[in-house]
Amino acid sequence: MSQVDTATSVVPIRPWVASRRSQVKGLITPLMIGVAAFLIVLFTGFAGADGFALLFFLLILAMSFVKSRKLGKTKLKNSLFNVVITGGALLAFAPWLSIFYSLISKGFHGIYLGYFYRDMRITAPDDELNLGGVGHAIIGSFIMVLIATAITLPLGILSGVYLTEVRGRLTRVVRFVVQSMSGVPSIVAGLFIFTTVVVTTETFSGFAGSLALSILMLPTVARTAEEVLKLVPEDLRAASYALGARQWRSSLMVVLPTVRSGLTTAAILGVSRVIGETAPLILTAQSISSFKFNPFSGQIASMPMYIFALLQIGTEYSMARAWSGALVLMVIVFLLFVVARRLGGKDKR
Amino acid sequence: MSDTETELKTSKENGTTMNEMSTSGTSAAVADRPLGLETRGVHAWFGSHHVLSDINLQFPERSVTGLIGPSGCGKSTFLRMLNRMHEFIPSAAMAGEVLMNGNDIYAPEVDAAEMRLKIGMVFQKPNPFPAMTIKENVLSGIKLANLKVSNHDEVVEKCLTRAGLWKEVKDRLNASGGSLSGGQQQRLCIARSLAVEPSILLMDEPCSALDPGSTLRIEETIHELAEKITVVIVTHNMQQASRVSNYCAFFLSDGGPGVLVEADATRKMFTNPTDTRTADYVQGKFG
Repeated sequence: MSQVDTATSVVPIRPWVASRRSQVKGLITPLMIGVAAFLIVLFTGFAGADGFALLFFLLILAMSFVKSRKLGKTKLKNSLFNVVITGGALLAFAPWLSIFYSLISKGFHGIYLGYFYRDMRITAPDDELNLGGVGHAIIGSFIMVLIATAITLPLGILSGVYLTEVRGRLTRVVRFVVQSMSGVPSIVAGLFIFTTVVVTTETFSGFAGSLALSILMLPTVARTAEEVLKLVPEDLRAASYALGARQWRSSLMVVLPTVRSGLTTAAILGVSRVIGETAPLILTAQSISSFKFNPFSGQIASMPMYIFALLQIGTEYSMARAWSGALVLMVIVFLLFVVARRLGGKDKR
Repeated sequence: MSDTETELKTSKENGTTMNEMSTSGTSAAVADRPLGLETRGVHAWFGSHHVLSDINLQFPERSVTGLIGPSGCGKSTFLRMLNRMHEFIPSAAMAGEVLMNGNDIYAPEVDAAEMRLKIGMVFQKPNPFPAMTIKENVLSGIKLANLKVSNHDEVVEKCLTRAGLWKEVKDRLNASGGSLSGGQQQRLCIARSLAVEPSILLMDEPCSALDPGSTLRIEETIHELAEKITVVIVTHNMQQASRVSNYCAFFLSDGGPGVLVEADATRKMFTNPTDTRTADYVQGKFG
């Protein structure tokens, strides 16, 4: 009984984590410096957010210099480098935040519920923003990327398996081809499919677009799959061979399931590589302003082509529509990432 | 050439000792009896590095043979040659014969995958398949080799029981194999290799990473296994060799390729070995 009592009376603590009080204390200095920088920006020649950021950085740097000067050379160096490195990390965030900010600020005007399920068949590009939508482009992009993934994922994984599991005589050749494929300009991929598929079938089509996207997607998927498969411990292969497994069964049942989440990542990287591609679609899938579900004949809409076409028109409302389209595209890619991470991340470990 | 000749001589001597040891040996293989295993003039190379020279050994059926010797004497390499795991190392080469029931497993017409079904292996490091549950791990060999089994649950229970793990995991068969402790994982790997019902089980220092309790369990398992199948175990631990094995083979390398110094019944090896180097080694004077 006494043991139980002591167990309940002991409060679990985490002495290695900074206390709330010291956390608040640590915030005071940067906050004051922030206010100081803001005041200087307000009353002097420095202007705008970049001026504020620069001032803030310099003031923090000066402050940490003053603070740790007396603590010796090593501590001084440490605190200065801390400031510089943190500043660098934040600076790397800046373009990302800036893109996000401009997409939201310029894109949100055009977004209303109907934007997601309407098309542009009876709406002119510079009609009011509460008319028409991007639904046809979402569907078109979805169809083309789906087909491209269905073509690329098996091929990419198979080539990864060839490079890491089979390790056949052509390993070097395959690796070289995959690497040089990743250097193919996207417009060249479009041109290639145009001359081979579009010209022979005598029609632009979503399928032709998918093929062009596949060319761009394959190297990404194959290389990622190879990198991921390389991480499988040799132990596991040995264990399955010692159980009397043939190589293809070992690859299929042991190696590939072990890296399922990595292969999902390969697929996502491939999709996000091509979902925003415009150039290969200009020559293959073209664009259309209405819904279309058949990928095998005639033009089909897509997100990047929607954005591209509206930007080219250049009126106020068409530009606003393009920005909204870009925002939607970005959110779709983001959602894809989240969903795929969830699906693939459930590794039994 | 003179080198090979001297090696041949030593091998003849060794051959005699082995024959004395296994007079009850492998010659008569009745249908339901485990398969005999024998090596004749086995050499091994990694690139141009000669690591094993002329090993002649017979493994008596339904017994445990311990391979002992200091690090780097080639016992693990030798073990891996017994079920052709040696060939997965790109620079590996070999010479000689490994006879299973009188047939060379290195003969060109032999299907290595089929042969490994009969000669199973447990590795030094526990290596359960991380993407599979405990149950799936046990059944993995059956799935991988595409064998037909009528009652999966029965196989799982039987193999886990034989590996001494059933009581600990029977309530969480669908947990991941990686969630077990190191000792449990190793016993899971043993259960996995038993599921395909091998006639011979090769164990490469199966207890080197385990605590005394798990080691004891695995040694008990080995004793039980030896009632039905032939076990060959590599071990660095002299006490383990004396506890677990019926026969011992002592390997040694003096800078050159590893050779078989002596092989005999374990009791004789530990009390009255023929070679002084064996005596020194089992008494812990070197190695």
